[in-house]
Amino acid sequence: MTDVTKIIEVEHLNFRYPQTEGRPALNDVNLTIEQGEWVAIIGHNGSGKSTLAKSLDGLLPLTPDSGTIRVAGITLSEDNVWNIRRQIGMVFQNPDNQFVGATVEDDVAFGLENIGLPREEMLTRVHAALKRVRMLEFADREPARLSGGQKQRVAIAGIIALQPQIIILDESTSMLDPTGRIEVLETVRELKEQANLTVISITHDIDEAANANRIIILDDGEIKESGTPAEIFQYGERLIELGLDVPYAERLKAALRRQNLVVPQQYLTEEGLVDWLWTLHSKM
Amino acid sequence: MDITFKDVDYTYQAGTPFESQALHDINLTIADHSFTAIIGHTGSGKSTLVQHLNALLKPTSGTVTIGERKITPETNNKHLKPLRQKVGMVFQFPESQLFEETVAKDIAFGPMNFGMSAEDAAKKAAEMLNLVGLPADLLERSPFDLSGGQMRRVAIAGVLAMTPEVLVLDEPTAGLDPAGRREIMGMVTQLHEKQHLTVILITHHMEDVASYADHVVVMEHGTIAKVGKPSDVFQDVAWLQERQLGVPETTEFAARLQKQGFHFDRLPLTEVELAAALLPQLPREAVQPHDE
Repeated sequence: MTDVTKIIEVEHLNFRYPQTEGRPALNDVNLTIEQGEWVAIIGHNGSGKSTLAKSLDGLLPLTPDSGTIRVAGITLSEDNVWNIRRQIGMVFQNPDNQFVGATVEDDVAFGLENIGLPREEMLTRVHAALKRVRMLEFADREPARLSGGQKQRVAIAGIIALQPQIIILDESTSMLDPTGRIEVLETVRELKEQANLTVISITHDIDEAANANRIIILDDGEIKESGTPAEIFQYGERLIELGLDVPYAERLKAALRRQNLVVPQQYLTEEGLVDWLWTLHSKM
Repeated sequence: MDITFKDVDYTYQAGTPFESQALHDINLTIADHSFTAIIGHTGSGKSTLVQHLNALLKPTSGTVTIGERKITPETNNKHLKPLRQKVGMVFQFPESQLFEETVAKDIAFGPMNFGMSAEDAAKKAAEMLNLVGLPADLLERSPFDLSGGQMRRVAIAGVLAMTPEVLVLDEPTAGLDPAGRREIMGMVTQLHEKQHLTVILITHHMEDVASYADHVVVMEHGTIAKVGKPSDVFQDVAWLQERQLGVPETTEFAARLQKQGFHFDRLPLTEVELAAALLPQLPREAVQPHDE
């Protein structure tokens, strides 16, 4: 057994945006995430997903009665918010809004300059980070000339160069074409394996959610359910309301059921559905 | 209003050291009232192609015929207004072009620019808001207070207010969640079926091509690599996958089943078609009539 540590602990988190009436944006959220875990947070627009992500990074004006957030054992407060931000890297939705450097290399170096790293160390880290996202050959290019997937990979390089323990993807693949989306998810998966990163992805993309160890459903600022992708994916059509697509195998099962075929209740992967259909076919 | 491309080439910055050919040998007919999907990688020429549909770009050689109007390299930039009114363009992330104080003013901006009275334009705005499926009480709200999906519809309403005959949409669902995507595509289908608009859709979603389009154009390296009905174009799964363009999930799944030993005369595009094709290949015992 590996030693499992709790990297994120959220207790009784409440938050209401200033000057808003009605429901709070987050309502008594309790959440524990283990180191090295990949957690997908899903929910329809306005369910509180991004608010929750921002709270972890100390980006919300929390008050003492808002509850507690512990990241890597440190309790979030005004005094140590910068220590916590060092542990967390965030990748946002629009790749064009997160570039500051004139070249890919400069851009990755920006965060390191900010923390005052010696030049030698900085060059080593920039090089290593670009290599890990397979963008080293683009080091002296202008970020504006890259594809969407390449831009997001450079953004990720900028984050891993800072060696955080946690990476938060806030709809980071939603503006990419299918190739770009696959590139980014592959990159994150590799990094997670190599560096034991903890990944939190806020997403509407079923393939991204399928990568997670655990899916958390947020609705009206509350955690409504939590389970493995296989457990959550059997919700079928209900997933649309929750801000996800229906997995293909579930859609085909529904179409077969409408043809009066008796199909298994439990969630099947596409692989599983091929096997099931084939076994049935061979009984003819 | 048919649209025809004949031997169209287009070169950016022609005659300068920076010239680069974006389109070559384009021959294409888009029939009146059709629903055409244009697919292809970033940089394949899709956006350059659609900018010829209302003469935002003029061919470097060849002819584009839009209804009665012929556009050639010599066409004068004057007198293109009637054409631009007939072909409505919805660019990517159209909500970034909203600018007025209220939804009503934003939608009315285009028609007034084309000479409509303020009163008629206001009426038009209310009508268009309804057409894109938004409630009338949004008219006096600031467009910037709306959700992303609502803002996008307001932007589309602004284009529709010009009463175009052809609607060109460049990835209208990019960045929206699945529910928002369904809503926008539902709205586009309504416009095609009820308002009889000719629709031209640039998309990366092969599911949308399979579900909505009757005609698909595959662009590659600045020219048309394949064109036809989706049910024909998607038969060549290997060809599309080599190009990383993808095929509808059903088609891909059916191709996997085919390798396992299932038989399909033609690969299906939707799960309903696939379910129907599978049924005769499964034992009768597996089928149980419901009491419905």
